[in-house]
Amino acid sequence: MNAPLLSINNVSKKFGAVVALENVSLHVGAGEFFALLGPSGCGKTTLMRCIAGFEAPDAGAIALNGVDLSGVPPFRRPVNMMFQSYALFPHLDVFENIAFGLRRQGEAKDAIDTRVEELLAMTQLSNLGRRRIDELSGGQKQRVALARALAPRPKMLLLDEPLGALDRKLREETQFQLKEIQRLTQTSFVIVTHDQDEALALADRIAVMRAGRVEQVAGPMEIYDRPATRFVAGFVGETNFIEGRLVRNSGAALIAEFGRIPCEPGDLPEGAQATLSVRPERIGVEREGEGIAGFVENFVFRGETTLLRVRVAENVVLRAAAGHGERYAIGDSVRLSFPPGAGTLLAEER
Amino acid sequence: MSRRRRLSLGQRLVIAAPYLWIAAFFLAPMLLVAKISVSQSVLARPPYRPIFQFSDSLAELWAKAQDFTLDSYRALVNDTLYVESYLSSLTIAAIATLITLIVAYPFALAMARAPERLRPILIGLAVAPFWTSFLIRVYAWIALLKDEGLINNALMALGLISAPLQMYATPGAVVVGIVYSYLPFMLLPIYAALERQDASLREAAADLGASPAQVFLRVTLPLSREGVIAGSLLVFIPAVGEFVIPDLLGGSETLMIGRTLWNDFFSNHDWPAASAAAIALVALLMVPLLLWERARLKEEGAR
Repeated sequence: MNAPLLSINNVSKKFGAVVALENVSLHVGAGEFFALLGPSGCGKTTLMRCIAGFEAPDAGAIALNGVDLSGVPPFRRPVNMMFQSYALFPHLDVFENIAFGLRRQGEAKDAIDTRVEELLAMTQLSNLGRRRIDELSGGQKQRVALARALAPRPKMLLLDEPLGALDRKLREETQFQLKEIQRLTQTSFVIVTHDQDEALALADRIAVMRAGRVEQVAGPMEIYDRPATRFVAGFVGETNFIEGRLVRNSGAALIAEFGRIPCEPGDLPEGAQATLSVRPERIGVEREGEGIAGFVENFVFRGETTLLRVRVAENVVLRAAAGHGERYAIGDSVRLSFPPGAGTLLAEER
Repeated sequence: MSRRRRLSLGQRLVIAAPYLWIAAFFLAPMLLVAKISVSQSVLARPPYRPIFQFSDSLAELWAKAQDFTLDSYRALVNDTLYVESYLSSLTIAAIATLITLIVAYPFALAMARAPERLRPILIGLAVAPFWTSFLIRVYAWIALLKDEGLINNALMALGLISAPLQMYATPGAVVVGIVYSYLPFMLLPIYAALERQDASLREAAADLGASPAQVFLRVTLPLSREGVIAGSLLVFIPAVGEFVIPDLLGGSETLMIGRTLWNDFFSNHDWPAASAAAIALVALLMVPLLLWERARLKEEGAR
């Protein structure tokens, strides 16, 4: 990671009795694509508004390039925000919306024209400069909002659910565009989202938040493969939680009700009660063999894979993804195998 | 693109109701006034000619119609009293509208930015004066403005002035009366325009480097344009024809068309002249309004 551009140190914020942020510390590097991921009400938007200057933290400090931002009003922060509602100015056309920030900086007219044209081209809005905002489609509005926020060349761009209002197809296309624009502009992007796919797809690093706290900060793969907490494992992607007792000798494993599952013991002691998180696609599904026996209770065809619900004990159902090609029917007997390192042992909940 | 549908009788009635209302209570009286305005003034009761009757034959009607004349309109243009009254009315109304706007805007802004649960109370306070008679409220201003009134007495007691200021019976007093009386009509449309503004637009402007003053000038003010125009029309139009306020607060030299009209009607008994003045006033006020409406429709059509 580069030297941190943004440092958030021990930030807390309350709204009345509601704790929005509790002792949050994060660092975002220059040129990084960073995601704040969490369910609604987890504090991610409040954190973003604290960075933009619309909210002031009750405690802690936010610094940009080592300069403390406390008491700096939003209009003096070299940080721009793309609003979830886009907040485009309805009385100005596309060109003037994008030029708004440049005009406030008092740039020369020629420089403004050049910069706006450049952004119109980058966001594929050339020829739409003189359109009124209410004549644009949702996707066009989204791109105007992005161009407007990028125009004054901010050190950091904050994006509040930038793809939330787009339909599924457009969203995927826009994900690639966002990534491309981020790469081209070399600007730090901090995106707020409740959509795990979006965070995994876009971000270099993700902070998963829950109830005002940061649960884990890591790259997308690590978040997915090595979730730090039960919450992260459950929120990002699909998973099975398997309860059991840890044995460390002769190859560490979790002794569950229905069988023995090998795992990395970490620093948990012998005999500890523990939870193992195993992604459905990490479980091997065979018709017969060594694995744990169960029968197919239900299944969902997903194209690439078929997600099976396999009952392995009277009150334990595991989800396992079977590869393409094999057809299963309800009631089929299957064997589930757990390759070493398939799951992650989770720390006890706080 | 016109999707023509047969309307049921009920639907037709509902659509027709407001038109019938306007026809019965606005258009018909207007036509009567228009008819009187082209009649001749006579010493009789009623003091104009011709008077049509249901029993008139067609020939009689035609003969009577020969009496129609545009004399009253000619007199209107040639009589400096009328011309001056119109100009003075327009000037006083324009100044009063501008001051009302300047006074009302900060109030509207404060109301729109007040906590949501306070807003209904503030609106209630803004319209509270309407619960008292308009006449009494204007009358009360005499007690404030006259030579030995509250304001002069207070200023003299403080030693700021040695002789009373002449405030009562001046055009300024009329302006004050109009501003005071019409303030809610300016306040409410502006408040409505400001209240529905999306707060994230102001945040976006601030985020893009606009200082609070720039946010106001570049976003808040332009987006309240409709409210400002609506409020200004609601104040300006009735203020031009205002009679009670100039009659109570204005001096004898404060010319306003409402008073001139009143004098012609009740003192001079020249109904045709008064009617012509009224019709001219309507035309005077309608023309800019129609032009504005057309420009607005054109702008909307261009969208």
